[in-house]
Amino acid sequence: MEYEAVIGLEVHAQLLTDSKAFCSCTTRFGAEPNSNTCPICQGMPGTLPVLNRKALEYTVRMALACNCTINEISRFARKNYYYPDLPKNYQISQYELPVAEHGWVEIETAEGVRRIGLTRIHMEEDAGKLIHDEDRPVSYVDLNRTGVPLIEIVSEPEIRTPEEAAEYLRALRAILVYLDVCDGNMQEGSFRCDANVSVRPVGQKSLGVKTEVKNMNSFRNVQRALQYEIDRQTEALRNGEPIVQETRLFDPTTGTTASMRSKEQAHDYRYFPDPDLLPLRVDPELVERIGRDLPELPSEKKRRFVEQFGIPPYDAAVLTASRELAAYFERTLELFPKPKAVSNWIMTELMRQLKGEEAGLASCAVKPEQLADLLKLIDAGTISGKIAKAVFEEMCSTGGDPAEIINRKGLVQISDSEALTELVRKVLDDNRGEVEKYLAGKDKLFGFFVGQVMKASKGKANPQLVNDLLVQELRARSRF
Amino acid sequence: MLELYEKTAIELGELLRTRQVASVEVTRSMLARIEATEEKLHSFVTVTPELALEMAAEADRRISAGTAGPLTGIPIAIKDNMCVKGLRASCASRILANFVAPYDATVVRRIRDAGMVILGTTNMDEFAMGSSTETSYWGPTRNPWHLDMIPGGSSGGSAASVAAGQAVVSLGSDTGGSIRLPASFCSVTGIKPTYGSVSRYGLVAYASSLDQIGPIARDATDLALMLNLLCGHDPMDSTSVPMEHPDFTSFLGKPIKGMTLGLPREFYSHLDDPDVSRVMADARKVFEGLGVSFVELSLPHLDYGIAAYYIIAPSEASSNLARYDGVKYGHRAENFDGMIDMYCRTRAEGFGAEVKRRIMLGTYALSSGYYDAYYLKAAKIRTLITEDFKSAFQTCDAILCPVAPTPPFKIGEKIDDPIQMYLTDVFTIPVNMAGLPGMSIPGGFSSTGLPVGLQLIAPHFAESRLVQLASAFQAETDHHLKRPPL
Repeated sequence: MEYEAVIGLEVHAQLLTDSKAFCSCTTRFGAEPNSNTCPICQGMPGTLPVLNRKALEYTVRMALACNCTINEISRFARKNYYYPDLPKNYQISQYELPVAEHGWVEIETAEGVRRIGLTRIHMEEDAGKLIHDEDRPVSYVDLNRTGVPLIEIVSEPEIRTPEEAAEYLRALRAILVYLDVCDGNMQEGSFRCDANVSVRPVGQKSLGVKTEVKNMNSFRNVQRALQYEIDRQTEALRNGEPIVQETRLFDPTTGTTASMRSKEQAHDYRYFPDPDLLPLRVDPELVERIGRDLPELPSEKKRRFVEQFGIPPYDAAVLTASRELAAYFERTLELFPKPKAVSNWIMTELMRQLKGEEAGLASCAVKPEQLADLLKLIDAGTISGKIAKAVFEEMCSTGGDPAEIINRKGLVQISDSEALTELVRKVLDDNRGEVEKYLAGKDKLFGFFVGQVMKASKGKANPQLVNDLLVQELRARSRF
Repeated sequence: MLELYEKTAIELGELLRTRQVASVEVTRSMLARIEATEEKLHSFVTVTPELALEMAAEADRRISAGTAGPLTGIPIAIKDNMCVKGLRASCASRILANFVAPYDATVVRRIRDAGMVILGTTNMDEFAMGSSTETSYWGPTRNPWHLDMIPGGSSGGSAASVAAGQAVVSLGSDTGGSIRLPASFCSVTGIKPTYGSVSRYGLVAYASSLDQIGPIARDATDLALMLNLLCGHDPMDSTSVPMEHPDFTSFLGKPIKGMTLGLPREFYSHLDDPDVSRVMADARKVFEGLGVSFVELSLPHLDYGIAAYYIIAPSEASSNLARYDGVKYGHRAENFDGMIDMYCRTRAEGFGAEVKRRIMLGTYALSSGYYDAYYLKAAKIRTLITEDFKSAFQTCDAILCPVAPTPPFKIGEKIDDPIQMYLTDVFTIPVNMAGLPGMSIPGGFSSTGLPVGLQLIAPHFAESRLVQLASAFQAETDHHLKRPPL
């Protein structure tokens, strides 16, 4: 029997607000433990939460970008459970009435573009962190993260493969980052994902028993964990064993999942409406304003790049991965309107440079203006593509102007055919043996002659011209 | 000639502003009175003489500088469940026995800004759960009118201190009658304002959707002064209502002729105490003499009030009190084996029986599979009770009813019978359920000399009408002028 997987994902995204969800403490990362706290986020007796309006706006922005319906009235609820990193021992979240519902995002699959439905997006507050002493049986509590606003994005169980899951996460993250509502950093935990997975015989309508998988902190681990879990469940079903409804933890070192707690041990969160917060009314005018101000989203931009610039979908996908990169591409294109050439340079040379740089595009010394200048110089035959790469590297490290670097280093391409003819003749004279072999039919040696000429010119020779001249000179020698 | 501690805030204010007396003298008088009576009464959890004298000296400077307000220099006692920065806020619980508040409640900030003098924090039922001030970890408060009797609760210390001249005014909190009941049992005047009128920021929560801070005073005049100070929007409390409140003192002495008071049938059918019935009948005569007419009316869902309250309040409490876990502040068990054991022992040691009972009730009511049957149903009853009041106020300006079905009872009499204890609040709980303002004013005394209070209930944000009615009633009667024989 053939089996198929049914996957639903719950994504937690930290919002990039300056202050926390229900108090005015800063959300800055990496401060001294417990320095970004106040009586409210410390859960002191008598304190009360007041909603950060920015957190609501960011949530609405994401919800609209994911085609959700915004509920005019929603409610905060308390999720009750005891843990030392949760100072009130309840988390302010949303339960019955979330801010947004019924959305979708588009993902690329092998069969083309597919929509993954979103059940809901709701707001909640983050918990703190426990730091366990390595020498003594003691744990420390850091409440700096406590109360940082989160949104939880819950997908419909419409994802079928681990690849689709990763694709869905990439799409969500791209939107979040485009909207400037989340930095999307999985390692630092500002973008987290839990998965609900079940398996059923192909063609069966009803869902199988699901497990919840936690602790996947990269796209790759999400794929590994899901694949393991799907294989495990399929194997169990094939062997006639039941699937146990439970929460399982992924272990990235072994690539396996193991049971964390069973359904019977599952928390009863005793949700109820938080009496400290009035029902949340989202002003339709606010929704309209946020909707009007939404930037072009990654999928739209990608489509436009393909249509408007005629670049391959793969290029468009790479270039639209971040809003900054896409803007860089478009700006360069304004100055040098050859899309494929610009795309190639950005995808190879620029991205190679960026890989080594922590700060990325923003701190890159080569601005679109300089890149366009460089491309123009190649296009005009002033330098070869190969030389250009060296010039580009120099531009990246010194921030210099391409023309200036070329002049200073004497890199201007030799396109003077008299000078080059001399060079070609000298190379052929110095390699008589190879010339004879070539003339005797060993055509492959042509590349060798080209290489020798380029070397003799220190790479500055115009390659096309070298080609032409070599053909001409070799033909002349064959007559003797 | 009255001692300073026997005077009201309005009288003292006059003496202070005309420099006939200094706040330091008034404060010394109060502190001496506390010294003399506290052993008998036990109204306070913490008395803060140094802080009080310091604040009094500062008040005197303000008076000299001409920047004093109507309450500058007036001594006040604050219930032990409100945060005063630097003072212990124990909520009369072992679990917070060593908790020192790191910030000021909004009402405390207002009290400081007004230049009032904080005498200390008053005794209460543990976490405001109780009607007798007997569940306090620090031991019970006694009724100044009869030391064998309970003062009512949960704000028993706040009411007893004002009745006994230990404080001029005090702050209480009222979740199901906790200001009005002790005010009634101690023969002082107290009001639970409309939910949302007074900020709850810094009030240690019992049941957040019902809790409301309010003042206790000797008469309607002082109460009006305190309402002027306390009412107002607070951006730190999302349930605080952004609205302008009137000058409550402008309703003092205003005629009430032509007003209509409602008498809910359901309240009176519960009455079988002859003293309470007599006091109610007497009060009716007084009001009639002032030109007030009466109308009988019905609040059909009132009978479900207590049942619904004992779902909603414990549910919220079970969540509100979850933070007392020994991790961050307050009591922590000394010996434990692991985290869960630490939680269990800390809470087992830290909470008293009544608090545990309500935490368990609430935890059960909210648990999966029971939520709809209990919490949701109780919330619907709450809506029905609110609707009942709304239609009642179509036919009357305010409602007149008893505060409690009986006069004060003996210490120990009901402490082991929770249901009997809960029934004490049958007339006060529906007011919290509907979020309405309710006032308790001295109505007279039982045949054995125990205080019996009257309750006046008004529509949302009509506290001013209660001030007007109480002021008119007190102009005609002298119950509020009588002092306990201490």
